[in-house]
Order: sequence, then structure tokens, then C-alpha cells
Amino acid sequence: MNGHTDILAIETSCDETAVAVVRDGREVLSNIIYTQIKLHTVYGGVVPEIASRKHIEKINYVVQKALDEAGSSLDEIDAVAVTYGPGLVGALLVGVAEAKAIAWAAQKPLIGVNHIEGHICANYIEHPSLKPPYLGLVVSGGHTHLIIVKDYAEFEILGRTVDDAAGEAFDKVARAIGLGYPGGPKIDAAAKEGDPGAIAFPKAKVNGSAYDFSFSGLKSAVLNYLNHARMVGEKPRMEDVAASFQKAVVDVLCEHTVLAAKERQISEIALAGGVSANSALREGMRRAAGEAGCRLFVPSPVYCTDNAAMIGVAAYYEYQKGVRSGWDLNAVPGLRLGER
Amino acid sequence: MKLIALDSSGLVASVAILEDDILRAEYTVDYKKTHSQTLLPMLDEISGMISLERSEIDAVAVAAGPGSFTGLRIGSATAKGLGLALGKPIIEVPTLAGLAYNLFGADGLICPIMDARREQVYNGLYRFEGSQLITLQDQRALAVAELAEELNAMQEDRVILLGDGVAVYRELLDRLLTVPHLYAPANCSRQRAASVGAYARTLYEQGKAVPAERHAPIYLRLSQAERERAAKGGAHEQ
Repeated sequence: MNGHTDILAIETSCDETAVAVVRDGREVLSNIIYTQIKLHTVYGGVVPEIASRKHIEKINYVVQKALDEAGSSLDEIDAVAVTYGPGLVGALLVGVAEAKAIAWAAQKPLIGVNHIEGHICANYIEHPSLKPPYLGLVVSGGHTHLIIVKDYAEFEILGRTVDDAAGEAFDKVARAIGLGYPGGPKIDAAAKEGDPGAIAFPKAKVNGSAYDFSFSGLKSAVLNYLNHARMVGEKPRMEDVAASFQKAVVDVLCEHTVLAAKERQISEIALAGGVSANSALREGMRRAAGEAGCRLFVPSPVYCTDNAAMIGVAAYYEYQKGVRSGWDLNAVPGLRLGER
Repeated sequence: MKLIALDSSGLVASVAILEDDILRAEYTVDYKKTHSQTLLPMLDEISGMISLERSEIDAVAVAAGPGSFTGLRIGSATAKGLGLALGKPIIEVPTLAGLAYNLFGADGLICPIMDARREQVYNGLYRFEGSQLITLQDQRALAVAELAEELNAMQEDRVILLGDGVAVYRELLDRLLTVPHLYAPANCSRQRAASVGAYARTLYEQGKAVPAERHAPIYLRLSQAERERAAKGGAHEQ
């Protein structure tokens, strides 16, 4: 409406109520995040019903703040974007219903966005030189995907987790060693004081698929190790357990990514998702990519965890391709990458 | 005044547009499609039918609860999005009062019941005095047997039952109720946005609209996780 394409983006797939205004797919005019982490900490994880209730209480405040901080109004917005999956269905529905009503009342086009695609697109915000094709690794509490980004909004999935997501394993192990929720940052901090070579946890391979991941075996190995230690009266250093577990996760993620880069002859790698805020993964991947002669892109931590700016970026490329959603847009909790 | 009214609290999805005393359009569906897929397309359709100028809307009325948690949030988020974009307030209509308004002017005790699962119903008790809806009992969740006992004790000349709880508990009610009672017919037995809108107008005139950002559904119940945590906490204290 001002020579630019400004998109109002809404993200409520889990426990963050997030709204952003993004210009031309690359410039973040505002990025407001209301996090509910404290509310869920006492339950040891995200409680879907509580998350949904909080989203509906906060959503208008967050939308308004995003518009105000961008110095924008709905009149100047070109389209309204919203995450419609994957995620918690009740949580997604709040954002979807809100976005549809805003778009309808303001007579703007509506664009439903895939949350995983959003994570990948977070890289465009700070890396203007990054352009498809490149290799993407999306690791978060709910997702572990190794993909080739063939073009904007076009993906080939090489591998994914066959059981737990990487972030899920962090949460479960953190609970087992008494660090609590959320597990990712707590294990990251504890591991800094520990020896990653102290315990050799297994690196799970998935039979017949070099790119798929499996983390439930690793999680079980940690639990077994702790049980055994308790039975024989030993007290392992939890920092060592955290560091060794983290190393096992990071090694597998790096190995698969670098293998894919070599086999598919791709020289640019982009990390994305909440777990890519993990310092050991960032370091490990930087080293592995460097050794393989690849260039690595990683978003700032604020764009790794759930946010709406990444949804606005992804929406921009969908918008350019002519994608528009109908008023019957529904939440799709199990939405897969590349599906519509 | 022009109002958009929404009700997605139960099985029914219903939208209406009212202008003063006139119901310009209403669309009500009681079918298994999710409200997320139906509510806004329905609003879009009726708005087109009457060439609604969106900027002329003065307020958005919504059945604010109780009801299905997810259904309530779809209605509430829709109302909040409309309120935000149009810069208009929300009128929160208690779901059961909205249902009671289906029976405007009826002679007798009005007893809407909604299936609340866990062997309970959501219910409030109402009566019309002239054109005024009087709330005798605020909406709550209670067991059907408990409600029947209450109704029997009130010794009313007649009780009119309505709501989606009737389909679930009619046999039980017939067995338990000793007072004369009847059931509302299909045209007024379930949620209708026109009733929500008509009652909302009286609330609006009493100054009861709220800024859209402040609206949240009335659940009448904690989440399961909160209930379980409270139960555990209670056990610890003993």
C-alpha cells in the first residue's frame, strides 16, 4: 500500500502468542512475543488448554502492539498471515480465527502459513544473501526435519525424526536429571559445566535411511544410565550427563546434515527452530560445516524460537506466488511441510 | 445500531446481523463441520446478501460461555478480531441467557440445558417479566439429577426446557421431574445468533459492552490440568 508489501503475521501454535509486521519478506518492522513459559513450568511442559486460554486473553494486545511498534495501521497492511499448522489444535485455532476475522473486517487477503516453513524462513531476516537452493535443518520441540529448500516455498524432505523430536528429548532428559522445564536452555547451561566425553551415549541410526533421526533410544539410554547409577549407589555428575547427552544429539544432527550436503552437493546450510538456539549445536554445526567447505546460516536466538516475524517472511513468498487462503481456513495440527 | 452476533458455543454455529429491531440476516447450521470452517464463511455470505458496509457495524455480540472450550474460543477470537479491525466493542452474552432469549415473553420458568459432559449440564434459570429477562439462577454446571431436584422444589406451574442437553437427558428428565414441563420445538430449541444479538442490544443499552481486547470466554470450569493439580495440592495438605 506504500510501494512495499507489509504483512501482519500471527503465530499461536504452541505457548507463544506472537505477532509481527514484516516488510517485503525481509525487514521486520515489529516482532512482539508474549511467552507463557512461566505458566507451564509448574506442569513440567505445555498444557494445551492453558495455552489456548492465555492466547485468547492476550491476542488483541499483542496484535495492537505489533501494529503500533511498526508505526502501521491495518489500512497500510497488504495481507494477514497466520500459522495454521502444525501445532496444538486449540492454540492454533485462536490465531486462525483472529486472523480470519481481522482480514475479513479489514478486507485484506489471508495467507495460511506452515509453522515449519516459517522456521526455515527465519534465516532470510538477517541473511540477505541466503537464497534457495540450500540445505535446511529444522530442530525444535515438535519437529526435526532435514530438507532441501529448492525454491522459496518449495521443499524436498530428506529426513525427519521417526519418534521424538530433538527438543522433546531435551525436555524429557532435563526432567529426568531434575533440571525442569524448558529443557533446552537448562541442559545447554548445565552442559557448559560438564564433560561431553564422560559418558558414551549411543547415536541412534535409522535402518535404511541415512537422513532420518531417532531420539527416543538415546533418551532411554540416559534414563537407563541414571537408573543403573542409582542401583549401584553412584551419583553421576548431572552436568556430565547433560553434556554427554547433548553431544550425542548434536553429533547426529551434524553428521546427517553434512552427509546430505556432500551427497547432494549443496554448499549452503541453514539451521532453524528452537533447538538451533542451543550453543553446542551452533558451535558443532559451524565446525562441521566449515570442515565440509559449506557456509552456515543461523538465525539469532530470538528468531530460532517461535515468533511471528518468520511467519510474515514465509507468507511474503507465498503471497508472491499468489497463494491466498479462504475464510474456511482451519487449523491442521498435523500439517506436513509442503502440504496445503 | 448495527450488530454482528455470533454463537459457536455448542453444536450449532450461528451468525446474525441486526439493525435496531430488525434481523437483517441470520445463518444457523447444526452439522458436524467444525466451527472454524463454517463461522466466517457464513458471516461472509450473509454480509454479501445484505451488502453490509463493514464500517457501519457498532458492536460485536458473542455467546461468551459456557460451552465447548474450543467452540467458545473460535467465537471469541472471531469477535475479538472483528472488534480490533473495526475498532468496536464486544457485548458478552452469557450463553444460557442467549438461549433463554429464544423464548422471549414465554410464560413459565425457562430452563436451558447444554450437555457439559462428565454427567453434568450447563444451566441457568430465567423468567420473563414483561419484556425483561430476569435471571433467577446464574449459569453454572451441575448434575441433571440435582437440577431436577431443584426444579421440583420450585413448584412452578410449568418449566420450559431447551438446549442441546435435552437430546441427551430427555428420558432422565421425564423420569425425575414431578413438575409440569415441556420442551421447546426445533425453531427455538438451540443457539441462535439472532437471540444473542437481540439480548445483546439490551445489554448494550445498559452500557455493558467491553473493549475487544478485554474479552475472554466464561468457561465456568478450570482446565483438567489445573483441576488435577488442585486435587493433588489438596491431598498434600491433608
